[in-house]
Amino acid sequence: MIHKLTVPISDEAIEALHVGDQVELSGVIFTARDAAHKYMVESFIKTHGNPPASEAALYELLKEKFDGGVIYHCGPVVAKEDGEWRFVAAGPTTSIREEVYQDYVIEHFNLKAVIGKGGMGPRTLAACEKFKAVYLHAVGGAGTLIAERVQQVEDVHKLKEFGVPEAFWQIRVQDFPAVVTMDSHGASIHAVVVAQSDAKMKELAPV
Amino acid sequence: MRDLTQEIVELIRRTSTDLPEDMQKALRSAREQEEPGSAAQGALDTMLINQDMSRRLSRPICQDTGTPIFEVSYPVGWSTRQLTTQIKQAVQIATDKSYLRPNAVDSISGENSGDNTGVEFPTIHFHEWDEEAVHIGLMLKGGGCENVGAQYSLPNGPLKAGRDLEGVRRAALDAVNKAQGQGCAPGVLGIAVGGDRGASYAFSKHQLFRPLGDRNPDPELAELEETIKDQANELGIGPMGFGGKTTVLDVQMATMHRLPASFFVSVSYMCWANRRRSMTVRGDEVTYE
Repeated sequence: MIHKLTVPISDEAIEALHVGDQVELSGVIFTARDAAHKYMVESFIKTHGNPPASEAALYELLKEKFDGGVIYHCGPVVAKEDGEWRFVAAGPTTSIREEVYQDYVIEHFNLKAVIGKGGMGPRTLAACEKFKAVYLHAVGGAGTLIAERVQQVEDVHKLKEFGVPEAFWQIRVQDFPAVVTMDSHGASIHAVVVAQSDAKMKELAPV
Repeated sequence: MRDLTQEIVELIRRTSTDLPEDMQKALRSAREQEEPGSAAQGALDTMLINQDMSRRLSRPICQDTGTPIFEVSYPVGWSTRQLTTQIKQAVQIATDKSYLRPNAVDSISGENSGDNTGVEFPTIHFHEWDEEAVHIGLMLKGGGCENVGAQYSLPNGPLKAGRDLEGVRRAALDAVNKAQGQGCAPGVLGIAVGGDRGASYAFSKHQLFRPLGDRNPDPELAELEETIKDQANELGIGPMGFGGKTTVLDVQMATMHRLPASFFVSVSYMCWANRRRSMTVRGDEVTYE
């Protein structure tokens, strides 16, 4: 069975999800990766929600959209045709680089889901449990397929400062496919697979 | 010498949008091995569907179009300076056409050059050879899999890896276990043993140009390639790290001479989106492999 999720996502919808579940997500989400996470923590969170005046408009927008919202770890290939942006290839990027920021961002904005690849660590898992959120794993490299599920690029923020891969792309997606690999009940597929492969390593290369 | 800029743009397009046939075949047979309905099989299905869509729509398989690595073999008398200019122009055009994502950023400021050119970017290696033809190999090496590459200086105490083939096996398996799904498994390993640090890594990437199933001519090394492949798959990491039977699709290894004092094992990990192709220019005739 495939769980359908729509942004904004409720706590109840999150609590119904368990690791291994397949989901299809629809609604307005934002790409955000290394530069964006560093920026959010430094400009919004460390300032206790009092960003410099130049950043206030973006902060207000993100506060509204991230309440029950979704961040996608992705640096897309985009094209501009007749003045309109279009996503050409948009698979996930490796999430673990955001481990030092993600729990702050989940807490501060009441974010409900993070989409990426490779899974995240104990801090993010704890935040998922405490603040009711999930980590959704997309298939890395599936750039064309996911781009086809992006129906519209609504806007882009910080394009000039951060560049195409690192900007905040505000996109409307329909049936974005992913697998729950970290849930709000403290379970992580990644922790299980690591434990199994570590045990096998001890057999294959005992020290 | 003729201007090859447009032909190189076409090489980039083909490389970015269509996986080599051996990789497609390997992914298809991996799919058959995984449990029906599993997340592992679902991931492989997505990869195969994505590949078909990318080829049909002429769009990048993966948005991370990576570091473009060009391996150019050229006849006596060709100018590598002119070839470099043509390659850089081709990369700029391919970026403009969205076959490549702008991927070259200033290391300190983080500023994106916007066109995939920059200091030592893209990577180009030249080799003069005796043939009359120009052969250009291209690999697009994404950042996720590049980040999980690893280099070991043997002996390595914690791994109990000495300066022998057993040590190489231990180092390679450690790299796969540490990578988990982060390198977009199922991957391909290129392994170099020997050299200095720089040459060793470069040679490990060179192995990734070999077709899947190609074995080292030395029977002992060929056997080790098979062993590492089988044992890496026993780790159960599976496609995207979801757990499963397919963790690596192949392992290809080669040795280099080294200093008496050094013994490096360099492991380059290539993701399932193993984008590598080549072209040959013979007179007026251009063929894409």
